[in-house]
Amino acid sequence: MATTTDTANSEVVAEDGVRRRDFIEIAAVSVAATGGLITILPLVSQMAPSKDVLAESTTELDISALEPGQSIKAVFRKQPVFVRNLTPAEIDAANAVDPGDLRDSQSLADRTIEGHENILVVMGVCTHLGCVPLGAAEGENKGEFGGYFCPCHGSHYDTAARIRKGPAPSNLEVPDYSFTSDTTIVIG
Amino acid sequence: MSFPWAKQYEPTNPVMKFMDEKLPLPRLVYNAVGAGYPVPRNLSYMWNFGVLAGFCLVLQIVTGVVLAMHYAANSGVAFDSIEHIMRDVNWGWAIRYAHANGASAFFAVIYLHIFRGFYYSSYKAPREMIWLLGVVIYLLMMATGFMGYVLPWGQMSFWGAKVITGLFGAIPVVGEPLQVWLLGGYAPDNAALNRFFSLHFMLPFVIAGVVILHIWALHIPGSSNPTGVEVKSESDTVPFHPYYTAKDGFGLGVFLLIYCAFLFFMPNALGHPDNYIPANPLSTPAHIVPEWYYWPFYAILRAFTFDFILPAKLWGVLAMFAAILVWFFLPWLDKSPVRSGNYRPLFRKFFWVLVADMALLFYLGGAPAEEPYVMISQIATAYYFLHFLVILPLLSSFERPDPLPFSITEAVLGSDDKAALKDGAGSAA
Ligand code: HEM
Ligand code: FES
Repeated sequence: MATTTDTANSEVVAEDGVRRRDFIEIAAVSVAATGGLITILPLVSQMAPSKDVLAESTTELDISALEPGQSIKAVFRKQPVFVRNLTPAEIDAANAVDPGDLRDSQSLADRTIEGHENILVVMGVCTHLGCVPLGAAEGENKGEFGGYFCPCHGSHYDTAARIRKGPAPSNLEVPDYSFTSDTTIVIG
Repeated sequence: MSFPWAKQYEPTNPVMKFMDEKLPLPRLVYNAVGAGYPVPRNLSYMWNFGVLAGFCLVLQIVTGVVLAMHYAANSGVAFDSIEHIMRDVNWGWAIRYAHANGASAFFAVIYLHIFRGFYYSSYKAPREMIWLLGVVIYLLMMATGFMGYVLPWGQMSFWGAKVITGLFGAIPVVGEPLQVWLLGGYAPDNAALNRFFSLHFMLPFVIAGVVILHIWALHIPGSSNPTGVEVKSESDTVPFHPYYTAKDGFGLGVFLLIYCAFLFFMPNALGHPDNYIPANPLSTPAHIVPEWYYWPFYAILRAFTFDFILPAKLWGVLAMFAAILVWFFLPWLDKSPVRSGNYRPLFRKFFWVLVADMALLFYLGGAPAEEPYVMISQIATAYYFLHFLVILPLLSSFERPDPLPFSITEAVLGSDDKAALKDGAGSAA
């Protein structure tokens, strides 16, 4: 390989004009930059939920005592969950509207588990800005549609906890859950 | 100061021109660590440790802020919150070990930085202020490190807090009330833990402030160099960038290799197993020692076992603080006009004796408080003060220094005429 030597700098310049030092420079800076970028990973990841928080991420509920028309409030991931045993009248009210006419079109069947259509499990977190809607406890305001009512900015949810009136953009969220027996549900 | 031949910052890009007019931050960087800062061409790797110390400070602040997101400064839950960090928090183990070993790395780097100063007499005029600020930084580091070690609220944390605040109890008359005031109680408890956390969080930012003054003061005369001969002409210097950015970058790489070896392969090698036992105010660990970086001063503290006019306890405390405070007077204790130890044959010998003495004190500080260690500590402590207060001031009257080179260029190239710097090295990069 033909090279010329610049005596003042004792630099070796190859014929194509690329100096050895350019290679070393690019290699060194690349290694340093890669290392620097990798250290960002733990610094970002440490702010995500820790293992003890993730371990709290399932909630088991016994609903054997839940009579039609009653609701219970439970806690799932440090947030309220509403479990409601719907009365036949509430089921009829929910099925009487065409989901296509709703802001967030879902039928009651879309929001419950087959064979347990009377059990409605939703997060008690208003989809507007996160307040806890009223209606799960006895005597609370259930709103104009007999489901839930969020007092913060006036969102009304129907008996299937679908948004019907007010600023909230979507229905109360149905978390992932399953029946482990006829009277036990596991959320998460 | 910048030498008259320093390159000027001349932005061409309109955005940078705008910036330069409104807030000349890029200019500051250019003149501080860029091509606009001419630095002696002969700096050895001993001049890397300032930048490494700066890196350690940033490392401690970043990892510390992260730890504070998960730590709880309450004596009821502090220990558990550390275990929570180790087991539950994503990468928590890495961040905690990075912080704990980062403290050790910081002190190791600072000791080399300080001993560089001893050997090359970097404290002499015109750099006294750099040195004085350095000693202030070191004292702040000791306070910060001590309070940080209390936070996990293990056995060593608790008893360390008790023993170190007990030092203040040795002061006559006000000692006892002062200790109670420092702790906010009669023994370390929640009040002490909370204030230590608050101060441990704040002090690194105070250190950062003093570091800015330290570097400001440094940029007035510029760095010294291994010959101790001041810069005379342009051929004595090279621009900081790319020459010392590259050299410091290489040094940082070597530093990180050693640091990561500790971090990933022996993260507890420098710690004490006793600190994984929750604090117990009713039982002291059998062998209680501070972190390794306090050992020399701990050895001096324990060297005083007899009452002599003042109680032994007070002598120990005074000597321990005096051992560091004596550094403040170094620029005036060492009268030799020659800076670098390379040209002071007698000083050089005593420098290495001091290194050996400090190494011995290091060892003794970690050893149990029993004979023969106590007696050796007494001898080593006596020598330590003898060095600074007697040997160093007298040396300059006996010593005949070796001939100094005329200039840095001559020391490097043999003669100033051989310098081909002006049109040569500046264009390399
Ligand atoms: C957070 C801690 C510190 C930082 C970030 C720091 C930073 C620096 C930097 C970047 C330099 C220039 C590069 C070099 O000469 O290595 C420097 C020089 C210097 N430092 Fe520090 N330093 C720290 C602590 C100390 C301490 C504790 C002392 C002494 C007790 C000290 C004494 C000096 C002296 C005398 C110089 C001038 C050396 C010369 O020009 O030859 N520094 N420091
Ligand atoms: S948060 Fe429920 S309506 Fe605004």
